[in-house]
Amino acid sequence: MSRPAPDEIEGFLVAEARMLDERRWEDWLALFAEDGWYWVPLEEGQDNPREVVSLIYDDRRLLETRIRRLAEAALHAQTPASRTSRIVANPTVEEEEGGEVTVRAKFQMVESRNDARRVFAGTTWHRLRRDGEGFRIRWKRVDLVDCDAVHDGISVPF
Amino acid sequence: MAGPTESEIAGLVRPGRVHRRVYADPAIFELEMERIFARAWIYVGHESQVKAPGDYVRTRIGRRPMVMTRHEDGSIRVIHNQCAHRGAMVVAKDAGNARRFECCYHGWTYATDGRLIHVPLRHGYPAHFNPDDPRTAMVAAARVASYRGFVFASLAADGPPLADFLGYMTTSFDDMVDRAPDDEIEVAGGVFRHAYDGNWKLYLENLCDAAHPIFVHRSSIDAARAQDDAAHSTGAGEIAVRQMRQNGAPHDFWREQVGIWTYPGGHAFLGDYHDDEKLVAAGGDPLFAEYLAALEAKKGAAEAKRVMEVTRWNSNVYPNLSFMSQFRQLRVVHPVAVDRTEVHTYAFRLKGAPARMFEDTIAFANVTNGTGSPVLTDDLETYGRIGQGVASAGAEWIEIGRGYETDRPDGTGGVAGIDSTSEIYIRNMYDAWLGYMAAP
Repeated sequence: MSRPAPDEIEGFLVAEARMLDERRWEDWLALFAEDGWYWVPLEEGQDNPREVVSLIYDDRRLLETRIRRLAEAALHAQTPASRTSRIVANPTVEEEEGGEVTVRAKFQMVESRNDARRVFAGTTWHRLRRDGEGFRIRWKRVDLVDCDAVHDGISVPF
Repeated sequence: MAGPTESEIAGLVRPGRVHRRVYADPAIFELEMERIFARAWIYVGHESQVKAPGDYVRTRIGRRPMVMTRHEDGSIRVIHNQCAHRGAMVVAKDAGNARRFECCYHGWTYATDGRLIHVPLRHGYPAHFNPDDPRTAMVAAARVASYRGFVFASLAADGPPLADFLGYMTTSFDDMVDRAPDDEIEVAGGVFRHAYDGNWKLYLENLCDAAHPIFVHRSSIDAARAQDDAAHSTGAGEIAVRQMRQNGAPHDFWREQVGIWTYPGGHAFLGDYHDDEKLVAAGGDPLFAEYLAALEAKKGAAEAKRVMEVTRWNSNVYPNLSFMSQFRQLRVVHPVAVDRTEVHTYAFRLKGAPARMFEDTIAFANVTNGTGSPVLTDDLETYGRIGQGVASAGAEWIEIGRGYETDRPDGTGGVAGIDSTSEIYIRNMYDAWLGYMAAP
């Protein structure tokens, strides 16, 4: 595809972050390709989601179930729901190949739930394919700076 | 501060009920660290984590940071991770290989069995200082023993041998290992470490609780039931979705096809009344057929059949271990405070099994033990809500009476519940708890 303009990529990341903050889960799911996957590794530099555990490793089928669950009434882990505020920044195009681009960016997310506040930060990797006026996500990887630390349960996707 | 008296402790456990203080009272928690975690055999790791001399891995006994090492003579040692000089933690990495451990502060250096072997600037220490005195060593656990590769340590010099402590539960460890065609398993695939704001006992109290899934896991059950199986999967999502659906099995299933068995010492396992055919791992999966063929080739058809007919689900070894053989998962509970607990979970690879089976193990680990799992997060939420519930006075007694008065001896030295939803295994843990706690 033609090289996306920096504004276009940043606009995509900002719009995605807004969807997640606004809990528009179905809209977020719709960004993913039919064989897309979403990965939050457990280990720094982890190169294998199949033989090493991950905080989240969802193929399309599991991602659909995860997203559907977030709208269930009996969602104890999100009763009350978290509120989140995300900042995405520093996007760079790392690779262009076969009509797709790999975008690296930084994010920070504050999560507020039950009077507790958590901060998540790290690097996101999006593999994007042009889709009409926008993009579809072939895969998304989120490397948390504290991926291998002790965590309480993580219910909200990054 | 004077702790609770023995008679006070004995009054906290009644038939089918337990006082909320066992989950909420910091003084009870301190006593548990002394009387349970410093006396019982505590699981500290697996031999495969320290294969070669010098290999080490950090672990814990209660709140104490420990290091499990493979000493130069091939034995496994468990030593307190604290320098005998000024008290600094000595080993700062989670795992590695070292010929010796050197303290960062003044260079005191220890062998992998904890003996002090080098003290720099010796001239500065007084004449009575003796580096061969055991007081200058990193403190070793009084006893270390293993059963089929699973390593336990006890801080108490006296007590029952490990085999007596485990009793009939040795058969659950056998089931973990016997399933490997090469009769060997190894820790692999990383460690989940998750935490919750609740007492450490809540975790094992949930691991054999067959009555909770349909309530706690309602959201993931319903979401998985509505899932279109035509959606793309690498295999990982398929395992996850199937397991979520399994959690929604109707009550009749848990009543008629699954049982709970308990043993002295607070141990228990949840098991299937029938055979492997029904388990999510098996039914018609070509990979499972390939595995079964490997097992038969190595062990013979009769032994393979015997192994497959052992259908344990979760096995709890009191006070802090729960594991399951079908998907080779192991969870270790680490108490942090009366209202804070960490759980570390491990996966095992079956030596001699098809390589892809380990991918299923990892997919299963992600969905059942994963910090971001749509299943586990609802368990963690529940522990946290219990933590909030029991924190204040006014509603003093917790019911653990499901199945009470229907418990029956099972012929293996244990007592079985009427069906898998019995809370017999919780009552059994409090029998053990009293045995430790009411003894001064």
